[in-house]
Amino acid sequence: MYDVQKVREDFPILHRQVHGKPLVYLDNGASAQKPKVVIDAVANAYRNEYANVHRGLHYLSNLATDKYEEVRGKLKCFLGAKHEDEIIYTTGSTMGMNLISYGWGVPNLKAGDEIILSVMEHHANIVPWHFLRERQGIVLKWVDIEPDGSLDPQKVIDAIGPKTRMIAITQMSNVLGTVVDVKSIAKAAHEQGVVVCVDGSQSAVHMPVDVVDLDVDFFAITGHKLYGPSGSGAVYIRRDRLAEMQPFMGGGDMIAMVTKDAVTYNDPPHKFEAGTPGIVQMIGLGVAIDYMTELGMENILSHEHSLRDYAQQRLHGLNWLNIQGNAPGKGAIFSMTMNGGAHAHDISTIVDQKGVAVRAGQHCTHPLMEFLGVTSTVRASFGLYNTVEEVDKLVEALELCHELLG
Amino acid sequence: MASAAFEAIVDDFDFLEEWEDRYRYVIEMGKKAPGLDENQKIPETRVLGCASQVWIVPEITDNSIDFKGDSDAMIVKGLIAVVHALFAGNTAAQILEIDAMAELGRLGLDQHLSSQRSNGLRAMIKRIRQIAEALEEDLTG
Repeated sequence: MYDVQKVREDFPILHRQVHGKPLVYLDNGASAQKPKVVIDAVANAYRNEYANVHRGLHYLSNLATDKYEEVRGKLKCFLGAKHEDEIIYTTGSTMGMNLISYGWGVPNLKAGDEIILSVMEHHANIVPWHFLRERQGIVLKWVDIEPDGSLDPQKVIDAIGPKTRMIAITQMSNVLGTVVDVKSIAKAAHEQGVVVCVDGSQSAVHMPVDVVDLDVDFFAITGHKLYGPSGSGAVYIRRDRLAEMQPFMGGGDMIAMVTKDAVTYNDPPHKFEAGTPGIVQMIGLGVAIDYMTELGMENILSHEHSLRDYAQQRLHGLNWLNIQGNAPGKGAIFSMTMNGGAHAHDISTIVDQKGVAVRAGQHCTHPLMEFLGVTSTVRASFGLYNTVEEVDKLVEALELCHELLG
Repeated sequence: MASAAFEAIVDDFDFLEEWEDRYRYVIEMGKKAPGLDENQKIPETRVLGCASQVWIVPEITDNSIDFKGDSDAMIVKGLIAVVHALFAGNTAAQILEIDAMAELGRLGLDQHLSSQRSNGLRAMIKRIRQIAEALEEDLTG
């Protein structure tokens, strides 16, 4: 039995007030709050167990290295990877996508090669590919979504042509909550020798992920959305893709030998992890992964689905509110606009006064906003600690917006 | 020295204890404000740094500065009207002397004064000060 009230006890910030009212935090799509175990682990690492990793032979260096490297195994299990060396640490999905673009895209793609993207990608899964378009003449091919916000996997598969080399796609839209059938896409893509790169920034937070079952080549996650520290993250890269990559950043830790005339590289994963990493951030992420695993990803999914169902029922009852994206099986993310043209900025300002934190804007998805024909939306995105009472508070705050702005 | 129009807003705000009423007031100001014609909403008049779109068109007579503004967000449009009351009709030198942040702080709309880039008020004030600085340079230079 998932006891959400007990879960809330684990998150100190949820007990503070905002504008004199209890905080209702519905901006989890942007970043999630941290459980006490993560906060304590970060403090403890700095207080008792801190030194640089992979460098010293002294006690603390060994201890910090063990704690830091242990997280790789946790992430391997969390993502269902086969090997620890397929987990490359990053600072988040943006770095993950840039690593793939520079590390794999640059040496393996040539002018005229195509990358297929959906129109609902986050800029982190667009701009690194635009770099390749600008610098190497790679062609970006876009697949539209359906009117209900769903993505027909067949449309992605049909877009594959003789020059297609990669499909870069989200598993869950940060704006619409749409869940993408990555497995079907990957199966068809691989039959045609096309590589699949998945943005798992949102999906890994809300549902169990198994990269071997999905059979994808790249899968990026970001720690700060996974209830872990900001500046932590990882990307899964299948071994055969790792072998095709060149290092993206050069510096300490990623080398085997450096002379005045030549350099040889360390083996993966360290080959792709130059410089002193986010040691404590990654240790914190390991604790966050333990925390989520202990709650159970299936239990989190089911809790959030019941929140989604209740929110759908309540929000659809507001006839002046438009919800962007109603794909079957979507996650608990609701992007909204109001009839009468009340601006997302206005709505967010008013609901904030009621203690409700939502995001207003374009959510780093300009192509999607253009496709939807809206300038911005208000987004309420739920997490593992949100409650149905908070859905009610959101609705109450939106009703006040309607009264003031309508 | 803030204008009489701005002092009148401050007086009204003193009576409005509930935040809902203060926002209602700002929204009403936004609704009543004349705004701009569509052909005035061009990149040259656009104030960057706001989550919503904001445009400011200066109107300079002799050395006094007036302006018109508009936004697609109603609260922001109301705030433009507040800023208008604060600055309009002053000379460039007077505008540069007004501590806009302190004056607006008297209205308790603190969250619009945060350094977050999505809040347009700072960008708006910066634009008006730039207009005043340019005019002042023309006059003295």
